[in-house]
Amino acid sequence: MQIGILALQGGYQAHANCVNALGVSTRFVRKKEDFTDIDGLILPGGESSTLLKLIETFDLVSALKDFQAKKKPIYGTCAGMILLAKTVVPQQFSLGAIDISVARNAYGRQIDSFIAMSDAIESPDFGCAQMECVFIRAPRVQSVGEGVTTLLRYRAEPILVRQDHILAGSFHPELSQDRAVHQYFLAMISAS
Amino acid sequence: MSEHALRLKTGLAEMLKGGAIMDVTNAKQAEIAQEAGAVAVMALERVPADIRVQGGVARMSDPRMIKEIMSVVDIPVMAKVRIGHFVEAQILQALGVDFIDESEVLTPADEEYHIDKMQFEVPFVCGARDLGEALRRIAEGAALIRTKGEAGSGNIVEAVRHMRMLKTQIQHLKTLSSEALNTEAKKLRVPDALLRWVVETGELPVPNFAAGGVATPADAALMMQLGAQTVFVGSGIFKSGDPQKRASAIVKAVTYYQDPKILAEISEDLGEAMVGISISAIPLHQRLQDRGN
Repeated sequence: MQIGILALQGGYQAHANCVNALGVSTRFVRKKEDFTDIDGLILPGGESSTLLKLIETFDLVSALKDFQAKKKPIYGTCAGMILLAKTVVPQQFSLGAIDISVARNAYGRQIDSFIAMSDAIESPDFGCAQMECVFIRAPRVQSVGEGVTTLLRYRAEPILVRQDHILAGSFHPELSQDRAVHQYFLAMISAS
Repeated sequence: MSEHALRLKTGLAEMLKGGAIMDVTNAKQAEIAQEAGAVAVMALERVPADIRVQGGVARMSDPRMIKEIMSVVDIPVMAKVRIGHFVEAQILQALGVDFIDESEVLTPADEEYHIDKMQFEVPFVCGARDLGEALRRIAEGAALIRTKGEAGSGNIVEAVRHMRMLKTQIQHLKTLSSEALNTEAKKLRVPDALLRWVVETGELPVPNFAAGGVATPADAALMMQLGAQTVFVGSGIFKSGDPQKRASAIVKAVTYYQDPKILAEISEDLGEAMVGISISAIPLHQRLQDRGN
């Protein structure tokens, strides 16, 4: 198994470290040809306006859409979640891969960034009752569509959601010690 | 500072990796920078090249101008304070800026002490010429280190010197015995634990960016290949012939820094670069990098 990590800008190295620590190899994805031979893709956090600019300039939109059409798992964190969302507020281009509406920087500026424990986790899939979540200038999930399952919540709001082969979260598990979300994503790939 | 606070600070620096951070002096320039794909902007009244020419005391920018810039862009906004001027830092924190640069580009307010950055919730970036300086700033609470380079010179040579110095010193540390590390920590005037952390991991405990003299996409890619994780561009963009085009080229250069073919394409036809000055032509007392230690 090899996991691609979109390495245009942002926390790509931190994600690679997490996946590598779980014994799985990674490949940095910067060009169309890097999409071959990967079984899943992580879209890291960073600045979504920068990511969009680079994705458009280097013509990666069709490569991303093709990858998604093959039903291969994709996991987006923070800016990565914004890229995957169907609707973004304020309006900007996105892949529309998961039926959620996301507001950018909705928790405020850096001074409002925070670390908190998630609400109690009902699903046994994560092997823990609660999870530490790091929110940095985080986006907020405003609404989720019918086909979307909410896996984690913070103060009753969705922070990790899944629709089929797409996983999206507003927090940064790559900045915590707990590998449960990365393990969950790897299990999604194994099952696909 | 709590362990959480430190992780939130370095966490934002983590999200800025692989990007270009651009100096802007008004809302219009900030929009151009964001449109070009900058990961953050540094709001200041005069770019370093102008501070150098005009002289006088350079201070924190007018809060009104910083607020205007914060209102027109979604990306993080940084701003500079004078070395040791903790009240300027209090003001910037109250404004809600996302990162504070305790910068040698402004006229130092304290020749003895840097700001006690642990006392702040907002993260700080500080310049360094070598490992000792970097670790002293980290011990004071800096969440991000950048090379000092020589700001406003349009000349990359000092940034290269500082980045290479840092890397060479880290390599050297790894060859030292435990006793020798104790002595090295005293020599560098840094906490022993920090130094040992660097020996174990082979890198600084916070992200490490480049600044000071970046004028072209090739300069940006050079600093990335030398080990910088993001590049600050000061005077290099808005002192050039076609800021929009150059800004966009530098954004691409930090992503594709290992790809000479793409670098060749984006370096083409960018118009006039900023003129730049030879370091030997700068009188010693006007060298910005020697401020703060």
